[in-house]
Parts: sequence; structure tokens; C-alpha cells
Amino acid sequence: MSVKSTAARSSRGGAKRRGGAGRKPELVQLLTPEGERVEHSEYSIDLTPEELRGLYRDMVFTRRFDGEAVTLQRQGELGLWASLLGQEAAQIGSGRATRPDDYVFPTYREHGVAWTRGVDPLNLLGMFRGVNNGGWDPNQNNFHLYTIVIGSQALHATGYAMGAAKDGSDSAVIAYFGDGASSQGDVAEAFTFAAVYNAPVVFFCQNNQWAISEPTERQSRVPIYQRSAGFGFPGVRVDGNDVLAVLAVTRAALEHARSGEGPMLVEAFTYRMGAHTTSDDATRYRLDEETAEWAAKDPIARLKTYLANEGLADEAFFAEVEAESDALAKRVREGVRAMPNPDPMAIFDNIYADGHALVDEERAQFAAYQAQFEGSEEGAAR
Amino acid sequence: MTAPKSMTIAKAINESLRTSLETDPKVLVMGEDVGKLGGVFRITDGLQKDFGEDRVIDTPLAESGIIGTAIGLALRGYRPVAEIQFDGFVFPAYDQIVTQLAKMHARALGKVKLPVVIRIPYGGGIGAVEHHSESPEALFAHVAGLKVVSPATPSDAYWMMRQAIECDDPVIFFEPKRRYWDKGEVDTSAVPAPLHRARVVREGTDLTLAAYGPMVKTCLEAASAAEEEGRSLEVVDLRSMSPIDFDTLQASVEKTRRLVVVHEAPVFLGTGAEIAARITERCFFHLEAPVLRVGGFHAPYPPARLEEDYLPNLDRVLDSVDRALAF
Repeated sequence: MSVKSTAARSSRGGAKRRGGAGRKPELVQLLTPEGERVEHSEYSIDLTPEELRGLYRDMVFTRRFDGEAVTLQRQGELGLWASLLGQEAAQIGSGRATRPDDYVFPTYREHGVAWTRGVDPLNLLGMFRGVNNGGWDPNQNNFHLYTIVIGSQALHATGYAMGAAKDGSDSAVIAYFGDGASSQGDVAEAFTFAAVYNAPVVFFCQNNQWAISEPTERQSRVPIYQRSAGFGFPGVRVDGNDVLAVLAVTRAALEHARSGEGPMLVEAFTYRMGAHTTSDDATRYRLDEETAEWAAKDPIARLKTYLANEGLADEAFFAEVEAESDALAKRVREGVRAMPNPDPMAIFDNIYADGHALVDEERAQFAAYQAQFEGSEEGAAR
Repeated sequence: MTAPKSMTIAKAINESLRTSLETDPKVLVMGEDVGKLGGVFRITDGLQKDFGEDRVIDTPLAESGIIGTAIGLALRGYRPVAEIQFDGFVFPAYDQIVTQLAKMHARALGKVKLPVVIRIPYGGGIGAVEHHSESPEALFAHVAGLKVVSPATPSDAYWMMRQAIECDDPVIFFEPKRRYWDKGEVDTSAVPAPLHRARVVREGTDLTLAAYGPMVKTCLEAASAAEEEGRSLEVVDLRSMSPIDFDTLQASVEKTRRLVVVHEAPVFLGTGAEIAARITERCFFHLEAPVLRVGGFHAPYPPARLEEDYLPNLDRVLDSVDRALAF
């Protein structure tokens, strides 16, 4: 059976509503790489100049913060950083589509989404500095902890959405994952559970073309957004470097979920401009030509062109955003450097909510061991 | 106040789930075939009929999906009781249990709780095909963030399930499937012992047998047989494998000076190995003999026609008792 016929058969599922399977992949776009506004038959958006400038500001801040984190890793202040460079529109557009009562389940690269949820950027850096393994209260911003095991969070999001539906709430849930995660069983199981329970969850796949060194072709023979058809719910591919299109499509997907129509898959077609993480060397597996081609589709540059050409923002505005982003970077830099190492006894904190005899015993033993060094030279060195 | 009733372990768990569903609207029961069928062992019999499909949920046949969505439901404020149909089928969910469920409370600096109970019918002795007779409890007890328990009697089955559901931590609840139909008294108005407290179920003076789940009955039978030979064996039902109540066990061993640990799981790096190490450390000068273990071999669980040879039984327990007393 050819791939094409498989896809055509599965197009009888939910995908018929939004860009069917089996057809040539269609990309929802509202702002071209050249900064031209274009219309789309199914998705539209009408933003005020202030909202447009806000999206620009969000993306510049996110990129500046991300770049600062890379620098801090190079300076030894962070052990690792997973850069989102190039994915600002996918993250800001989708994050700004959520309501405060919606719930977000991120991977470990959703720094832009975290920004839109009001999570202090400094909180994101704790785990990369090595002072905690998560470090924020997920319920404060309805932004779950970063999840490193690939795809696990898709099931958490689905379960959370099942619970929200049971509560009679009209909140929706959004699960982030990448092209590599689309191969994980947990993502497939999340699609199954979400579909059969009609859970109000949006599966938001940032296809940034690379899972460390493996291109998307190593993960899938069909475009990722067509995967949902086989599970019986719609999927759509959006230009992930077009913040307006991402915002419009994600809003529609969240609305689809919260109105009781069940899950939806959004594939944001984007590009990871940096390496996988600061430990990776992308020159070993991809060509500069490809990176250059995507650089011409830069999400921030196209919105800046649009704002300038339409007279929606002036030089003073752009300069002000630059200055503010520098101030953010400074705050982050100083904040990270001031972040203390945790007390060694923190090893034993919060392992159990209701306590555990073995943890109590080992905590006491370790405290007694530590106490031996108090006041001694070894103690001072510790 | 209700009078104690005689019921099976299976019925006791069913009653416990029913009471929990009645008293806390956040409690959910979920798993494969738990609804209309009432589970392959009928442990959830009648619950969906009385509490509806929204609270007693038949899930897709995907164990990782069951536990992953249970985590999400717990984050939303529910208290899911998830069934894994058989011991050998838990491994697709092992990743979610170990990398996500066990760590999430700590990763969130204590800001979220994960009150998830995972019910697993375990152990052999029922003549089943592969993957239906295993005892993987040590694989879970080894993981910080999880609690692991196993009842041996209907009364404990009832109360420990109630307590596991009320616990704010993830609890792996191993049900001794070959004892499901054993009967005993259950007093649903009693004041239960703490969930992780071991219990001396038979007093003795010459040697302590420590066991949990299905092997408690085997040890009690061994103690009765030994009595006929003039030997007084104490039997401790550990009830909890994480944490283990070493204080109760220590008190017993300080009295009897000898310990044999019995479980169906392979002895190599098993629960008994940890108990031997800790009791040796705590009771070094009291011990008259090394701590001995009786359990499964370092072999795949054998085909059903060999399981009576593989599983610890009265004779194998008494053989180790003899060895310990010979020191």
C-alpha cells in the first residue's frame, strides 16, 4: 500500500474539516516572510496596532532572553541550555492564544510560551543551572513543569483535559511537543485517549525539522499534521514563523477544544536555528545553506517589516523594545549569578507529601554526617 | 457501627473502592475492562453501574496511557485508582511511573500532589500463561517517590486500599491474586493500623519469618507445621515494602535472634536482600544465624506446570528454617 493511498483513506476522519490528508501539505499563512499581510480562507485575524506591537515585543524579549541564556551557559553559569532561536513566533503566537484558565504542558524548550504565561524567566533557569529539577508552582500560571522525557507530557495534558471536561469547565489544555516526539508511543496514546474521550486538548507540535541530528523524514512518512486523521480528529499545518497565523490557528484550535469538539493537532512548521542544546554541534549533520534559507523566513524580521511598512510602529518603538530587552537580559544575568546553591539537605525535600520512614532515616544520618564538619576546615570548604 | 463481616480479599477491595467512591467525589477508578465487565478478576464489579462511566472508566488498551492520563487527572485534583490488569503488563507504564509520577512532587518543590493508586494483581500460583504471575515489587520499591504495599488479609485489603487512596503520594498497591478468594473478617468501622506498619501475626520465640502478600499465609502454615516439631516461629506481615517497618522487624529479631524472609519474587537484589542488610546492621550482635531468604530463582517465571516447584512453599520455608536453626 502506498503512503498516498493510506493517507487518502484516513482523510475520512476529522481532517476533512481543516486541510485534508492526502493532499499536498498546505501551510496556513497570514504574514509572508517579506512582511506582506495575506488572507486565508479559513483562518483570519484582526489585531489592534497595540496587540501587534505586543507580539513583536514578546518575540524580541524571548529571543534576547534566550540569547542571554546561551551566553550564560558559555560562561559556565548554566550547565545546559536548549535554545528556541527561530521558534519565537510558534511559541508567542500559540502562548498568546491561551486564556489564563487554560493549562499548558511544555517540553523543555518552551521559554517563549512560559513568557506569555507570566512565568519569571529566572524560574526557567534553575534546572539548567542545576539548582533544582523544575522549580516553579505549575498552578500559579497554569504552566506545568518542563518535561525532558520526550512526549510524556502529552498524556498528562490529555488526563488534565479529561479532568477539566469532568468538571464542566470550558478551559482547554495545550500540549507542546516536537517532531521527534511524534514518534513516541506516549504521543500516539495521548492521541487515542484524547480522541475516544473527546478531551479538550490541543496538541501543538513544533516541527523544527530536527530531532537533535535526525531530520523529520526519519520520524514520519507523512506530514505530521496528517497523523491526527487516523485518530479521528483534525490537524492543520501553520507557518510556525508567522506569529499572526500561529495565533489565529491556535485560537481556533483552542476554541474547537473548549466548545466540546474534542482534540485538534496543530503542526507549526518552523526551524531550530540553533543547535539542539548548548552541548550539540549542528554543523555535523546539517548544511549552512538550509539554515540560511530559514533565516530569510525569520519570524521577528517579517513582523518588524510589516509594522514599519504599515506605519504601526516607529523607530522610537523599536529602540525602546531593544532597550527593554537589554534590561531584561541584565536582570536575568544578575539573577542567575546570584542564584545560590541549594543546601545539601534539600536532597531530602519534597520526595513525599505524606512522609516516608526511609527518607527520614537517611536525612537524619546525612545531617549527623554533615554536622561532623561544622566549624572544621573541611566544613568551611564545603 | 457495623458488625464485622466475612468476605474475600476480592470483595474487600471492591467494598473499599465503593466506600472511597462514595465518600470522595474526586476518586476515580480506571483501567482496562474495569467498567461493565467489573475487571477480569471482578474486583470492580458493579462499580460502574452505581457510579457511572465518568467515575469508573474503561480505558483504551494502553498502560502508559492509563498512568499518564492518571497523572494529568491527579494534577487536575482527582484521585485516580488505576488498574493494571496483570503484573507483567505494567512495564509499558514503567516509564510514566518512574520518570514522571514518582518525581513530580519533588520537581514542583512540593507544590503539586500526585495521589494516584496503581492496583496490580501480582504473584503466581494460578496456573496462568506467561506475564500473568510475576512479582515486580522490588522494581518499584527501589524508586524514591513511590510507596509500595501489599495486603495479605481481607481486613488489610479493605483498610489499606482506603488509606492508599487517602494518601497524597503515589501508591503501588500489589494485590495477591491467588489469595483473592480467601475469606476473613472485615470490620469497616474499626480503627485501622497505619498503612506502613508491619504486624506480628503469630508470636514465637525461636525464629522470625517475614513476608507480605501471598506468602504470609504460607509462612503461617509453616509456623503451624514447625510447632508440631516443637519449634516456635514468629510471623511478621510486613504489609509495606516501601517504606519497610524495620522497627517492628528489629524488635522481633532481637527476641528470636533468627530471621528468614520469604517472597515470591526472585531473591537476587530483592526485598529480602535489603531486609537482610538492614537487619544485619541493626541486630548484628543479636543474630545467631545469617538472615536467610526464600524466594524465586534468577530465572524467568516458569511455565505453569513448573510453578509449584518455583514458588516458595511450606517445605522450602521449613528447609530454610532448619538451616537457620542449625547455626
